[in-house]
Amino acid sequence: MGQLIQQLINGLTLGAVYGLIALGYTMVYGIIGMINFAHGDIYMVSAIIAVTVLTLLGSLGIAAIPLSLLITLAVAIFFTAVYGWAVERVAYRPLRGSTRLAPLISAIGMSIFLQNMVQLTQGARVKPIAALLPGGFELFTQNGFTVHLAYTQILIVITTVLLLCVFSYLITRTSFGRQQRACEQDRTMTSLLGINVDRTISLTFVLGAALAAVAGVMVTVYYGVVDFSIGFVAGIKAFTAAVLGGVGSLPGAVLGGLIIGLIESFWGAYLSPAYSDLGTFGILILVLMFRPSGLLGRPEVEKV
Amino acid sequence: MTTPAPIQFTPTHQMPAMLARAKDAVGVALVSLLLGIPMIGLHTVDQGGVLAVMTRWPWLLAFVVAMFVGRFVMQFALDHVKLNKAKRERKRPEVAARRPWLTWLGRALLGFAVVLPIAFSGNRYVVDTATTVLIYVMLGWGLNVVVGLAGLLDLGYVAFYAVGAYTYGLLSTHFGWGFWETLPVAGALTASFGILLGWPTLRLRGDYLAIVTLGFGEIIRLILVNWTDFSGGPNGVTSIPRPTFFGLPFSPSTDETTFSSFFHLDYSADHRVIFLYYVILALALLTNLFVSRLRKLPVGIAWEAVREDEVACKALGMNVTNIKLSAFAIGAMLGGFAGVFFAARQGFISPESFVFSESATILAIVVLGGMGSQLGVVFASVLLVLLPELGRDFSEYRMLLFGAAMILIMVWRPGGLIAHREPTVKLGRAPSPVPANQGAQA
Repeated sequence: MGQLIQQLINGLTLGAVYGLIALGYTMVYGIIGMINFAHGDIYMVSAIIAVTVLTLLGSLGIAAIPLSLLITLAVAIFFTAVYGWAVERVAYRPLRGSTRLAPLISAIGMSIFLQNMVQLTQGARVKPIAALLPGGFELFTQNGFTVHLAYTQILIVITTVLLLCVFSYLITRTSFGRQQRACEQDRTMTSLLGINVDRTISLTFVLGAALAAVAGVMVTVYYGVVDFSIGFVAGIKAFTAAVLGGVGSLPGAVLGGLIIGLIESFWGAYLSPAYSDLGTFGILILVLMFRPSGLLGRPEVEKV
Repeated sequence: MTTPAPIQFTPTHQMPAMLARAKDAVGVALVSLLLGIPMIGLHTVDQGGVLAVMTRWPWLLAFVVAMFVGRFVMQFALDHVKLNKAKRERKRPEVAARRPWLTWLGRALLGFAVVLPIAFSGNRYVVDTATTVLIYVMLGWGLNVVVGLAGLLDLGYVAFYAVGAYTYGLLSTHFGWGFWETLPVAGALTASFGILLGWPTLRLRGDYLAIVTLGFGEIIRLILVNWTDFSGGPNGVTSIPRPTFFGLPFSPSTDETTFSSFFHLDYSADHRVIFLYYVILALALLTNLFVSRLRKLPVGIAWEAVREDEVACKALGMNVTNIKLSAFAIGAMLGGFAGVFFAARQGFISPESFVFSESATILAIVVLGGMGSQLGVVFASVLLVLLPELGRDFSEYRMLLFGAAMILIMVWRPGGLIAHREPTVKLGRAPSPVPANQGAQA
């Protein structure tokens, strides 16, 4: 019982992080209909920036937790957003209106490039960082097994729920959201109506990168270890989450993330830790086979 | 009645003012400064278990200046190219250029490949590297069927390579199977793996397929790493027997008939290297022949048709899933052959050889070469294998340049270096010889 609840907590935390990354996937996929393969690496860039900022703050002697967390978030979001903008500008915009395969391949190229760029500039070794927000609640003890709920876990889940609400509002209620959804449906018509399609798409990438930045900072604070290769697997899992929830649906992305997180956590604890990724990929294949539109997505109609 | 004035075409790309270019370059420099600060300007170093932030401002400055100058020069060159292109396009006839020199280049390369071990007979390193190039050529040709011809993005191609390699590795070490006996079995096995994976997933849209194949590649690797009883886990399979020359082993022993004793030659380790080279050359050429014949058969035409317009193919009553499945299975089979050869040549295989970056490398070869172009694959393989061999310092930048090259080539020529996007077979009248010749000269 104790272990079950502990795995539930861990799984939800992990799932919240996947959900945050999946939100960025889903928004970008919604607007340009393409998998932003480099999204996982944008998240990794953010985690690396977070390590740098936290180390810098530590050496400057800023120790107040809320302050350093806010500074780290702000700096990481800013620089990661620039990365998101640049990725779109360099690798995707010139290929708009090209074949389906071309932007996907340049996205893979971008992912490889970012990973190796970080490996070369920041070193290949794992970067450990002292816990920023240590401690937590001890919920209860049963048969010698104590169930912990860390402060960071609460922080991550609350942040995810908060950001989901903010972005749902942004997409459904604001003028930018309407423009974004209009671009999603028909780019030519939207531009004829006087909306700057390029700017809307750029802004979507910037927002997606900002979400990935939040996820990167949260993971740095939660695990305390980061390296250049974390983006690949996290990216695939977040993508699976986005597909599971239904690509294009924001609540679906977070729901999918939570499910993937729970599966990974329980699979690792009860079945076999070595094969915990197998569960994720298996789910991905099963969902795509039986319900390609995902749990909360709408079925897609192919336009000629 | 006034006769309509002839329409005047004005060049659409005029040289922009210097100031506008400078402004543009400053913008690029500013963005690169922002991109560079957290990655180049600052970096964290492990100092006795504790991280410390170090600065590299001179590097950052150099990077920003390089970006500024680079952008400025690039814009200048690009505008020239565009201007000239606009001029040329007005002159050029409507006939697509045929490139007979490519065919001759291909033949010359083939001749060179055949005589290479003789020309470099004393140099084992050259023959070894050429063998590696040929493995990649073969993998590239196999993936070309899937990506270039059928237009399906397969990110887990290395899984089929791994299945082929492990088939030979396990069958030969446990059951004493020979190289030539295993080849067809491994081909059939990898083709069935291709069908097994393709059957549920090929009805999906292209980018979903990419992710699923990537997941499949990872699943295969995870199984190979973790199922120690079956695959030897991370240690892999060792002492895999090498192929024999029609039953004659390459060994210095005297108590059995070996290759050297049968032909009354002095034993030399080079014999096996050269033999392996010719085996992979023959396999690769067979693959090429096989694929170029397939392209002209109904199934090959159907692949290209599905690539160009899937909805139209469905409307014409073609079974799109089966067409894709055939491309997938044949691509997988060719990857499996390459895997068998890889295992036989190395004598040792481990999951390390079958990671995602290997899939990305093979994909890069296909994409760089030009999707659908057989010769392009050869150039790209030579380039990607030789470049890291040329300098040790270069090897750590290899993947970085890979990534950059993939983006640049997609942006610059979405069809690849030697674009071969035109379908192999076309409806309509064959072009008369005169314009075709003109096109060749152009």
